[in-house]
Amino acid sequence: MSKIGVFICHCGENISATVDVERVAREIGEMEGVAYASDYKYMCSDPGQTRIKEAIKKYDLDGVVVGACSPRMHEPTFRKACAEAGLNSYLCEMANLREHCSWVHEKGEETTEKAIDLVKMLVEKVKKDKPLQSIKVPVTKKALVIGGGIAGIQASLDIANTGHQVILIEKDPSIGGHMSQLSETFPTLDCSQCILTPRMVEVAQHPNIKLYTYAELESLEGFIGNFTAKIRLKAKSVNYSTCTGCGACIQKCPVKKIPSEFNAGLGTRTAIYVPFPQAVPNKPVIDRANCNYYKRGACKICEKTCQVGAIEWDKEDEIVSEQVGAVVLATGFDVKGTDFFPEYGYGKFKDVLTGLQFERLASASGPTLGEIRRPSDGVIPKKIVFIACAGSRDPAKGIPYCSKICCMYTAKHAMLYQHKVHDGESTVFYMDIRAGGKNYEEFVRRAIEEDTVNYIRGRVARVYEKDGKLIVKGVDTLLGGEQVEIEADMVVLATAGIASCGSEQLAQKLHVSYDPYHFFAEAHPKLKPVETNTAGIFLAGACQAPKDIPETVGMASGAAVKVAALFSKEELIREPIVAVVNRLAPPLYSTCVGCFMCETACPYNAIEHEEIKGRDGSLIRTIARINEGLCQGCGTCVAFCRSKSIDIQGYTNEEVYAEVMSLLND
Amino acid sequence: MHCYQCGKCTAGCVLASEMNFPPSYLMRLLQTGTKENYDKILKSNSIWLCLNCENCVGRCPMEIDIPKMMDYLRTQSLKENKQHPDSKPIVAFHRSFLDSIKYTGRLYEVGLIAAFKARTFRFTQDLTIAPGMYLRGKLPLFPEKINDRRIMKRIFAQTIENVKTDTK
Amino acid sequence: MKIGFYPGCSLTGSSREYNESVAMVAKALDIELVEIKDWNCCGATAAHSMNEELSLSLPARIMAMAEEQGLTEVVVPCAACYNRLKVTQNELEDEQKRARVVDILKQPYKGNLKIINVLQLLEAYGTENIKAKVIQPFTHKVACYYGCLLVRPQSILKFDRVEDPQSMDSLIKVIGGTTMDWAFKTECCGGGFSVSRTDLVAKLSGNILKDASDRGAEALIVACPMCQSNLDMRRGAINKTLETPIDIPVIYITQAIGLALGIGAKELGLKRHFVTVEL
Repeated sequence: MSKIGVFICHCGENISATVDVERVAREIGEMEGVAYASDYKYMCSDPGQTRIKEAIKKYDLDGVVVGACSPRMHEPTFRKACAEAGLNSYLCEMANLREHCSWVHEKGEETTEKAIDLVKMLVEKVKKDKPLQSIKVPVTKKALVIGGGIAGIQASLDIANTGHQVILIEKDPSIGGHMSQLSETFPTLDCSQCILTPRMVEVAQHPNIKLYTYAELESLEGFIGNFTAKIRLKAKSVNYSTCTGCGACIQKCPVKKIPSEFNAGLGTRTAIYVPFPQAVPNKPVIDRANCNYYKRGACKICEKTCQVGAIEWDKEDEIVSEQVGAVVLATGFDVKGTDFFPEYGYGKFKDVLTGLQFERLASASGPTLGEIRRPSDGVIPKKIVFIACAGSRDPAKGIPYCSKICCMYTAKHAMLYQHKVHDGESTVFYMDIRAGGKNYEEFVRRAIEEDTVNYIRGRVARVYEKDGKLIVKGVDTLLGGEQVEIEADMVVLATAGIASCGSEQLAQKLHVSYDPYHFFAEAHPKLKPVETNTAGIFLAGACQAPKDIPETVGMASGAAVKVAALFSKEELIREPIVAVVNRLAPPLYSTCVGCFMCETACPYNAIEHEEIKGRDGSLIRTIARINEGLCQGCGTCVAFCRSKSIDIQGYTNEEVYAEVMSLLND
Repeated sequence: MHCYQCGKCTAGCVLASEMNFPPSYLMRLLQTGTKENYDKILKSNSIWLCLNCENCVGRCPMEIDIPKMMDYLRTQSLKENKQHPDSKPIVAFHRSFLDSIKYTGRLYEVGLIAAFKARTFRFTQDLTIAPGMYLRGKLPLFPEKINDRRIMKRIFAQTIENVKTDTK
Repeated sequence: MKIGFYPGCSLTGSSREYNESVAMVAKALDIELVEIKDWNCCGATAAHSMNEELSLSLPARIMAMAEEQGLTEVVVPCAACYNRLKVTQNELEDEQKRARVVDILKQPYKGNLKIINVLQLLEAYGTENIKAKVIQPFTHKVACYYGCLLVRPQSILKFDRVEDPQSMDSLIKVIGGTTMDWAFKTECCGGGFSVSRTDLVAKLSGNILKDASDRGAEALIVACPMCQSNLDMRRGAINKTLETPIDIPVIYITQAIGLALGIGAKELGLKRHFVTVEL
């Protein structure tokens, strides 16, 4: 015979104003199996919880129903209270008398009767409830950080500094990302590489960080605390343990005209190359697609030049398997190229550049060693036009969002140009100025007031070339729409920031959601910016949405703390609301016939195959087993199972049936 | 509503410098929603100078169909009899063109020019070109008529002649 | 091959040479042009500027007549007529508008006619076929001028690149000519203002001619009778606005191809131009 305690909450006036809570308590108290029923103003409060605990002890209750707000608010509260009084927490249920009753109906007889019905349902359910134990899952205290830009670097350092191991993988031959391509950063005009390279070196030298460059994620399996990551180490063709980084091979390589990715296509590199002089690791890789040896079997000059015999021609890609407990995604972003714009020349004008290409020109390590020169003829431009919002905020081009950083970097570019070319004339065509960060507005004003950058509000309809000059046809909307035509020497487009190449495939590999623009989806736009909906996978930086460096660093540290919190426990506690396939004694073993329809249905890949073997080791049957670490308790498999062999703990068929029948048997 | 006043339409409009209000400014006037500004638009020369070359809508980030709007505004301007005086020759040309095809079904250039001159008093215009055209065989003296001329009459009666003009 | 043909008012009047060259080239390429019976004027700029229903009814009748005749595909050499027909066909996908137009015309209208311009016809015929028939390579450096109505609005016409189209350029290359990259390929010439605002035509067409001439074009190649007329017949007015008068000729793409195929200048109507054509 059950001894259930029922506690009806007034919730201040939220419930009692509409529902006659005293009557509910009274009528439920008369039910069979209910040993104690009462009502109180605030059940979730300290005195309220004490009432539950005292009642459990005094009346030796074996089940508790709290008629109050939504379980999403206070189920953990009441379950904890029960546990403290010695009652298994899963024998405590909540009836939602607020969101499901008092908040959606008018005061009246029917509302109170609905409240009574709701509590009755839960009482019948609790009679069938079984005590359950939380599932404990071990945690591997190692993190995987995908992406070696500033986001990945910061996250790796923060996690490593908490004492945990980190594996950092980066698909390019060096870490550093886009920040290493910048010349100076806003709003301080710090030299970008000067502030970045110390961190890059710290990553390489940190005892807790294992760095894999020229590597990509092959696959990720498992669940939070227990991932298995397979990493493809692409063949570098250079043995890094032997290579000294002397650079002689790079000097002798005959294939010199490959467009350099690091210089955004403006400079060239060799087939055996280091992307930039401050690369970490500062050792070369061979670009097999362009190397004469791999293409035609000729050359091998680098091997002849190498004093230590570090060239490995026959090295294959290697797959390395690592066990990790958490993953941080920091894959960054890309920018649209000039070929995306029909009205600005389809990319055929050499002197129409993207913002990133301009950064390379301005950078001391760039193709022109920091002098702003036209790519077409090397002349220093006397007039530059900067076009903001090139592609962003443009539904017609499929990019309706704002790329956030362009207003700031355009102002920066104009300032850098004015600083380097004192008699130069720069014009910025803009729609709005978005300068919301700290010191950002002052920075833009400085560009306009001190550096005499000409800001015109209006967009540019087209750019064409005539006699070596670029004719820019814009408009000044603040003058009522007066057309402005400028004969410029160079045009810089602040092109839209987009998700980095391969984001969609990566998201699918990790089962992480992404938006229509292939930026990874955060779990909640306001309150959970660094988490994803996939437990154990976190986000940092521009892979979530275009953003500037301070925000990226902040987010990276945030993700690192989430990882550290995960690793601070020895075990992960998971709710036992998971599916279970029944097990019986031999010779039946289970009513499961091994059809694995459940496996096809499960969205979380939580169904495993379990082989039932005889004492002699021979296979008797293969049946389904639910991985309780992956199972989210959605119940799809329960509906699919034709032999009714699966049930959800805490919401068994019996329990739910009892709830439903209590309503119908009235 | 979609227009965020970027000005790209005006920047690319070949005749913006001749207009009272270039296209982006016109959009802003429409956005204010006042009768006063709407009147300004109907009385402007912008709507009649617009050639429907579609440069604007081709570049507009919000894909706003400005040429179609201009067509509508032109019709309204006629209905309310509010055309800009400078635009009279343009309207006269359109009317002369339509008059010509109403009766014969196909354009009769001589008829068109004659009607145009009658409406605008530009008697000496293009007098030097006409002989050149005639000598090159490009100026047929007699109109080409289609067989089913009744349908032309019907089309005109049901459409453009069916619009009531408000004379204010 | 056989294809429907809509000449439009310009081709039978002030732009006769276009009609002549289209006919000659079609004959040389074994294309039979079946003229739409009793076709009427499409309404051009005047109709859509003055009344929407008129602007839809006139082209609708043309298409209804073509359908009645059993034609499935129609080539429209005049760019303005091509644009009006395509745009009307698109507008009449709206059921209400279609019902209204059918009520006015008292004639059935299915709206499934395939309408192409002369460049698409030449492309469809196959540039290889044209190449095979070239007798006298058109060895000139020319600027291909598309005008505004051939490529815009792109969402409806879906023809070629909107800012830097290449179809005419490819055809010129096939017949042995050299094309050039220039800035006014699709900027409007002044269109229907030829008579009412000749001053604006002079300005706009002047810009086009000047850019082509500055870059060394020997001639301008066009596919629209309005553009040809503005650039050619109005050359006097244009030259008045320029510092140095320009005398490069403006010819139709079909005339250029005709010359390459060995057809005589007179048959192609080249003697009807205002600016002398010596190519």
